[in-house]
Amino acid sequence: MAHAADTGRLRAFRLLSRLGSILVCIALWQFASVLHLNLGVVTFRNVPAPTEVAQSAIVLMKSPKLLARISSSLYRVFAGYGAAALIGIALGFAIGRSRAAGDLLLPPLEVLRPIPAVAWIPLSILMFPSSELSMIFITFIGALFPIILNTVHGVANVDRRLIASARSLGGTPIAILREVVLPGAAPSIVTGLAIGMGTSWFCLVTAEMIAGQFGIGYYTWEAYTLQNYADIIVGMLVIGLLGMGSSWLLTTLGEFLMPWRRPAAAR
Amino acid sequence: MNVRVTDTAARSVGRIHVAHISISLGSGANAFEAVSGLDFAVAPGELVCVLGPSGCGKSTLLGALAGHLTIASGRLTIDDQPVAGPRPDLGMVFQQHTLFPWKRVRYNVAFGPKMRGICKAERLRAADEILDLVGLAGFETFYPSQLSGGMLQRVEIARVLINQPRVLLMDEPFSALDAQTRSMMQEVLLDIWTKIPTTTVFVTHDIDEALFLADRIIVMSARPGRVLEDIRLQFGRPRLPELVTEFEFVRLKRHVLNLLRRPDGAAPLARLNPLGVEAK
Repeated sequence: MAHAADTGRLRAFRLLSRLGSILVCIALWQFASVLHLNLGVVTFRNVPAPTEVAQSAIVLMKSPKLLARISSSLYRVFAGYGAAALIGIALGFAIGRSRAAGDLLLPPLEVLRPIPAVAWIPLSILMFPSSELSMIFITFIGALFPIILNTVHGVANVDRRLIASARSLGGTPIAILREVVLPGAAPSIVTGLAIGMGTSWFCLVTAEMIAGQFGIGYYTWEAYTLQNYADIIVGMLVIGLLGMGSSWLLTTLGEFLMPWRRPAAAR
Repeated sequence: MNVRVTDTAARSVGRIHVAHISISLGSGANAFEAVSGLDFAVAPGELVCVLGPSGCGKSTLLGALAGHLTIASGRLTIDDQPVAGPRPDLGMVFQQHTLFPWKRVRYNVAFGPKMRGICKAERLRAADEILDLVGLAGFETFYPSQLSGGMLQRVEIARVLINQPRVLLMDEPFSALDAQTRSMMQEVLLDIWTKIPTTTVFVTHDIDEALFLADRIIVMSARPGRVLEDIRLQFGRPRLPELVTEFEFVRLKRHVLNLLRRPDGAAPLARLNPLGVEAK
């Protein structure tokens, strides 16, 4: 009993020290910006204090534009990312399962892969009729490659003894694809989806800063040009929260779809 | 279950004919003959152990019987039909279990009937029934990762037997288990085999295991594998653990040991498996 109380106290202490660490950071920030601290290389002269940021955040939250800004960003991410997930998984399956498809599809993809998605921005503005579509395309490109590569990896590495065994048990090629290859590759596919989610947010924010109207990346950049410095940090925090929310969504989805991988699988 | 037993006996299915087969593995400069000019037959319902040193091609032979490997020459028939590829009536149990980690035990076992288009209620009922027979009642809803090595091989056997195979092909199925579990599993296998008499070809390099289980032992030479000797065992059934200390058992063990003695200085051969060379 004493032991349980001890671990409880230890846990409370660790929680407090983690919380304290964040508070200390915010206090240092407040201190640096109020004093307009200048360290030579970096200056806090134009950095708004946390108190100002909090005020701006409250203003933004009360503003009716918040929902419009967030939802236009979310729409772009989910359109681009969704298309990348569908096409990436399909291509990954084809390449991983068939040598002919690999020979046909891999060379152009290998050529395009090293080009960072952000480098596509000028060309995509030229290629697409609206800046909306070009931004969706950038998010798509950003997510596509990690999804394809991880799907190929997962599909190609499914234990071939499992496939042999499924054939022995009467599985047709289609059934083996559905019952063995798909679940076997699932962990790797989910990893690709998670990496792709991160890169597509990154690409979206960049694209919005350059080409956007509305959207949370645009909001952040607009704050800079209008010299609403506190809003810059509010924008950054919102982007962080949205990214965190989407990766939480993916992890939860992964756990829901792959119950056999839970530490204590439900009986 | 009883219906199936009388069925199998009456139809006397599971006759294996191996006539002068050779199997080549590898490709190009690395190609080699794993099995050469092998001849033997197995009668319906017989339990035959194929015994030989590591890399002698006994697992390769099993791979060909299961339809995973094609033979280079000779003739291989099961109930007078040539083996053209893997089929559910050629049941194969691998050394390391091949259960699907994402399926609960009963869905793993029900995989074969699902592929045959049996309705869900019916196939799950059959799966639970056969799981009970292999001694795993109560574990139907577990995932494979929650079971011990011996239990996993029981599920594997159940998953194959639910298809009512003509032959049961086992590739050193107990060699990855600890000694105690292994001897328990040997008794479990004999018990199942008594309830569902199926022609069984059991590959092993463990002489005790072969002597304990088999009606007949086919001793193979080092690669390329040939039949060194075909030994018919006269021990009665059911086999009891004390058998291994009987005089006749020990005498046969000494005899087989002598047959399998490797010449001094010969390099050990790479391990083979039923799917070809060195694959995981």
